[in-house]
Amino acid sequence: MFRDAGLVAGKDLRIELRSRVTLQQVLPFAVLVLILFGVALDPDRGILTRASAGLFWVAVLFCALLAIQRAFTIEAADGGRDALRLSGLEPGGIFLGKAMAIAAQLTAVEALLAVGVVIMYGTEVTGVPLLVATCVAATAGMAAAGTLYGVLAAGLRVRETLLPILLLPVLSPVLIGATKAFEAALGGVAADGWPWCGLLLTFALLYLTFGTLAFGTLLEES
Amino acid sequence: MEPAVQLRGAVTLLGRFPALAGIDLDVAAGEIVLLRGPNGAGKTTLLRLCAGLLPVARGTATVLGHNLTDRRQARSLRRRVGLLGHATGLYDELTVSDNVRFWGRAAGASSEDIVGALAACGLDGRLADLAVLSLSAGQRRRTSLACLLARRPELWLLDEPHAGLDQDGRDLVDGLVHRAVQAGATVLMASHDLDRAEALADRVVTVVGGTTTAGAPGAGPTDAAPAAGTPAGGVALVP
Repeated sequence: MFRDAGLVAGKDLRIELRSRVTLQQVLPFAVLVLILFGVALDPDRGILTRASAGLFWVAVLFCALLAIQRAFTIEAADGGRDALRLSGLEPGGIFLGKAMAIAAQLTAVEALLAVGVVIMYGTEVTGVPLLVATCVAATAGMAAAGTLYGVLAAGLRVRETLLPILLLPVLSPVLIGATKAFEAALGGVAADGWPWCGLLLTFALLYLTFGTLAFGTLLEES
Repeated sequence: MEPAVQLRGAVTLLGRFPALAGIDLDVAAGEIVLLRGPNGAGKTTLLRLCAGLLPVARGTATVLGHNLTDRRQARSLRRRVGLLGHATGLYDELTVSDNVRFWGRAAGASSEDIVGALAACGLDGRLADLAVLSLSAGQRRRTSLACLLARRPELWLLDEPHAGLDQDGRDLVDGLVHRAVQAGATVLMASHDLDRAEALADRVVTVVGGTTTAGAPGAGPTDAAPAAGTPAGGVALVP
């Protein structure tokens, strides 16, 4: 299964490197969202600084939707879905591979957004271990849940509009938990952030386990 | 010897609707069987059923010893079959060799199998490094064929294998089919290029309205005679 996951993740990342969708569309979109928040809230820079944790994760969430839709659009073209079913790859491996590729793209987005938040919003970076742990857990959770709902929506004709409706409520615990943990790390009491990080980790493990088990059925039936 | 494909009164589902009118079909191991019939007769559906991609709603279907009424067995069959369909399953952004490597490795192919498949399909050299996006229809077809070849399937399911190919490409398909059969594979193909496909096939099965009639190459749909041990068509239509 892990061999298959590596194969699928490598293929998806190679497609992204060649098509440059993440580089030329998702990353500029992330910066644009940060700028728009900045423009909208600029009169009171204090609000920007205080809200930077939430704004950061809302921007990541929007970018995650783009990355997840893209991950399944490449499989929808020219019979890719049937080819995957015939491939002999373990469904759990396909799930993990696609989630890994999405997580890698989100990590790049988060790195860029972190720089953007520091420069544009004047946020001071403190509590680095908590920030990193939160990013890892939240990214894994978003990628796992996104892959699970992505394959579900991919089988439907209205997938482009349906995916955000399905996914945003599901990812709201990640948004809340990651924002709270970031707020604790950025100027609050770091110890208050670790329980939120634990929640994110639980969410990620739950969706990784469920996705690994259920992906085959969803690939077949949806 | 156990037949490679054995269907009895098989009905499948396309969405919620029944497809194939209780089809009967026998294909012996090592045989090349041509499915012919008008558009919409059910040839592609039959090939997809034999690949384990469609459920068996009624009747029985056994392919390479896998009982397809059992969904788990149907899934495990897929490793052993290769389907060349209308859709190629290729990733446009990747190169020819990337695609063949990915689909080959997915099925456990070795590097030698992959290089061999590329060479056998005339895709070695400069072509191997081209993105699929930039290929002609015929070159895409050759790439699909190389992906199938790298998997070394035991059952080849070919849907219009000559479509979109030039003369060399068509000869290539015929040569690969013969080599595959010599290596022990079985071939079930659907084609409208009857002259070429009938010359390639050991036996012809006509599919009309989701049922089969069986015959020898060259026999028309109305004068088709069942081959030994092969059930004829005329199966009850799906209500």
